[in-house]
Amino acid sequence: MASSEEDGTVEEKENNNKKRTKSALVTAWLTFYNIAMTAGWLVLAITMMRFYIQRGTHKGLYRSIARTLKFFQTFALVEVRLTFVGIVKTSVIVNGVQVCSRIFMVWFVTNSIRQIQNEESVILFLVVWTVMEISRYSYYTFSLLHHLPYFIKWARYNFFIVLYPLGVAGELLTIYAALPFVRRSGMYSMRLPNKYNVSFDYYYCLIIVMLSYIPLFPQLYLHMLRQRRRVLHGEVIVEKDE
Amino acid sequence: DKHPKWVEILDAKTKDKLCFLDKVEPNATIGEIKSMFHKSHPQWYPARQSIRLDPKGKSLKDEDVLQHLPVGTTATFYFRDLGAQISWVTVFLTEYTGPLVIYLMFYFRVPFIYASKYDFTTSKHWVVHLACMCHSFHYVKRLLETLFVHRFSHGTMPLRNIFKNCTYYWGFAAWMAYYINHPLYTPPIYGEQQIRLALIIFLFCQIGNFSIHIALRNLRPPGSKTRKIPYPTKNPFTWIFLLVSCPNYTYELGSWLGFTLMTQCLPVAFFTLVGFVQMTVWAKGKHRSYLKEFRDYPPLRSPILPFIL
Repeated sequence: MASSEEDGTVEEKENNNKKRTKSALVTAWLTFYNIAMTAGWLVLAITMMRFYIQRGTHKGLYRSIARTLKFFQTFALVEVRLTFVGIVKTSVIVNGVQVCSRIFMVWFVTNSIRQIQNEESVILFLVVWTVMEISRYSYYTFSLLHHLPYFIKWARYNFFIVLYPLGVAGELLTIYAALPFVRRSGMYSMRLPNKYNVSFDYYYCLIIVMLSYIPLFPQLYLHMLRQRRRVLHGEVIVEKDE
Repeated sequence: DKHPKWVEILDAKTKDKLCFLDKVEPNATIGEIKSMFHKSHPQWYPARQSIRLDPKGKSLKDEDVLQHLPVGTTATFYFRDLGAQISWVTVFLTEYTGPLVIYLMFYFRVPFIYASKYDFTTSKHWVVHLACMCHSFHYVKRLLETLFVHRFSHGTMPLRNIFKNCTYYWGFAAWMAYYINHPLYTPPIYGEQQIRLALIIFLFCQIGNFSIHIALRNLRPPGSKTRKIPYPTKNPFTWIFLLVSCPNYTYELGSWLGFTLMTQCLPVAFFTLVGFVQMTVWAKGKHRSYLKEFRDYPPLRSPILPFIL
């Protein structure tokens, strides 16, 4: 999926040259972005905890954080642009797929299908996303400030081992719960005959989305495992030099 | 320097010695060296060999001659496996035959596509028959051009491309054909006027596209790999070369716009859009390489759309 190792090293050299010239301004902007995102997800986490402690139930929790969630999750689209331009050295495809699936869940599932907003599976993936994003953005922030505490690095590269599968489970269960409501309401769907000569069935689209997790999730998971070995254990995955 | 040379071939990644050839004639070509390498490593036929002077450098061409390269009495080359290769002609024939056959299957309403009461019926709209003729004509033209007109500068491409390309062409053909030939198809809003205009655009661009392919073929004598700037000929359809570097793509876009107008079908519009994006990328690349190669390249030309893109 990602470009070959050789392309990667050439790109890195080019990026280093570009970075030297625009370095200071870009780093400042990136640091600000990551601090803002860490703060945003922390706010989400605290709001969720307060709600649960005060009300004792998760019903209505989604509605209370919906706007904040949509704002910060959608803002993450900025990252796709950054990886594409080469400022952030993650694979464009990996980052793109992750952001797309998040945007899809937030805008096209939980936002549009009210009846599933109180499902436990929603709370599951919300908790997973919150923990992962806080550890990820704080990792980026501290890296940029050249002052990375080991436990943040540890958190970022170990939490996902359990959280990724849990998050996927939450997302899939939510989509599955939404299916009957989609079918009944016929939302986002278009039937023949019509003047555009096209049809679209959101129900089957959701089923295809669920099936697409089967090839995509292992790839993302293995990618993170490889990153983990490289960062935590200094293993060199690239071909050996003399 | 008429003394025979030694040639050693190393793996570009591991630097292992893969092959050692002695008494190689100094006027031997890279192509001949590839054949010799193939003898000692039968699994790497010449088409999948990339031979370079530097492990991370550009591939040498088959025509390059040994004594004209910057090497001493022992030439050291680096080898990279390009992976299984397949000929361009094979790829083109496969990827174009698919849409031709698939569309016809939907046109004749073969069973298991639509509800069984429609099996082997034909549409009552004459535009559907016209669309089938145009679509089929387009792909027959492409097949014939592949066999008799095009001169390919590369012989082969990586094998995985055939799966990628066929998925694209065959998938879109099925998606479009499903709706155009559907029993609940809605003909164009503006009726006969719209269809007639669409047909004129389509035919005009098909002839244009063919004229460009012939003009490009005539630029290059058989068997040669020389590169020249294309110019307008006596054929008026080639006069577009004054404004555009890759008019074959311009005309191709025009053909599909015509087909979209004719069928008034959103999947067709989508296919046209995706094709346009891809062709623009190719046109820009070609335009850039023309500019790099030829100092006197006409400045008025744009890659694909006159003055715009």
